[in-house]
Amino acid sequence: MNSVLQPPITLPTGAWKVDATHSQVGFAVDYMVGTFRGTFSPFDATLTVAEDGTATIEGSAPVSGVRVQDENLATHLQSPDFFDAERTPEIRFRSTEIERTGEDIAVTGDLSIRGEKLPVTLVGTVGEPADDPYGGVRFVLRLEGTIDRTAFGLKWNNPLPNGEPALANDVALTAELYLVRT
Amino acid sequence: MRVLGISGSLRSDSWNTRLLLAAAEELPEDVEFELFDGLKALPPYDEDDDVEPAPAAVAKLRDTIAGADAVLVATPEYNSSVPGQLKNALDWASRPFATNVLRFKPVAVVGASTGAFGAVWAQAEVRKVLGAIGARVVEGEVALGHAPTRFDESGRLVDEDIREQLTEVVDELMLVASPRVAVAA
Repeated sequence: MNSVLQPPITLPTGAWKVDATHSQVGFAVDYMVGTFRGTFSPFDATLTVAEDGTATIEGSAPVSGVRVQDENLATHLQSPDFFDAERTPEIRFRSTEIERTGEDIAVTGDLSIRGEKLPVTLVGTVGEPADDPYGGVRFVLRLEGTIDRTAFGLKWNNPLPNGEPALANDVALTAELYLVRT
Repeated sequence: MRVLGISGSLRSDSWNTRLLLAAAEELPEDVEFELFDGLKALPPYDEDDDVEPAPAAVAKLRDTIAGADAVLVATPEYNSSVPGQLKNALDWASRPFATNVLRFKPVAVVGASTGAFGAVWAQAEVRKVLGAIGARVVEGEVALGHAPTRFDESGRLVDEDIREQLTEVVDELMLVASPRVAVAA
């Protein structure tokens, strides 16, 4: 048994900004017989890591940037049945605690959708920083988590012929963030 | 503030139109109420006719909704559902979908019927349709059943319980329609 206390592994220090071209933030939700997926574009994310290892991740995405294949569905998602873009045009996230063990990471923070600010925990992996061809340094942060959309007021549903709701309440969120040191 | 009333019943002596007029009495004094009178003139929805310029009756519907700060719909119930011409009007109003005049528009739904249940199924379906169109559907319901017993000979609503429910729905509609800043999280 190892009695030596291991120092916490921190994220690489500095200010990091997402490379939006190569990063992706998406959602997946069970609908009828399968899983329906969409993405958020544009979005913004920054990571700040102080010398003492204290780290904060902040992110935001305009509701108008919820991307799905069909224009009519995109419009319905903007409406009060879902995101209510008129009243709450932005989705925001700010971390409150980041815990890293090896390449594993858990990010807890406040997610704000539709005026509801609720705690969520996202888990994932951290890549090693590497030099890119443009003279910069970057690493990848992959995160995922599940939220209950109805807790944020996205309550639309429709019953299937068997009486079961067509759309699940649990929504999986995924983010693959290329972070570039600024 | 301007509120548009749309009665799903075309009949000149309609219970639903009376219900709307009763609701109008509960509006604040500075709120202007207009009863939409063009429902019957709307042609059946046909995508071939859904062009610019829109048919005159359709343009009138869209312009009137666009000019209102809130909409109050009163629906009867035909065969457990929404009357065809009211659904037809909502279908016309919903086009072009992405920028339609009902999008984010505060709308409340009430209903009257001669039977016991006060058009609750039709109201639920109108709310569902409005939600799909993108309207801001206000919570609250007025289900006026046994309509002939609720109005006096001059057509005035005399049921105080219904009037109280109507006031609650109208108040909620006014609250939702009043200009507010975006909710900050």
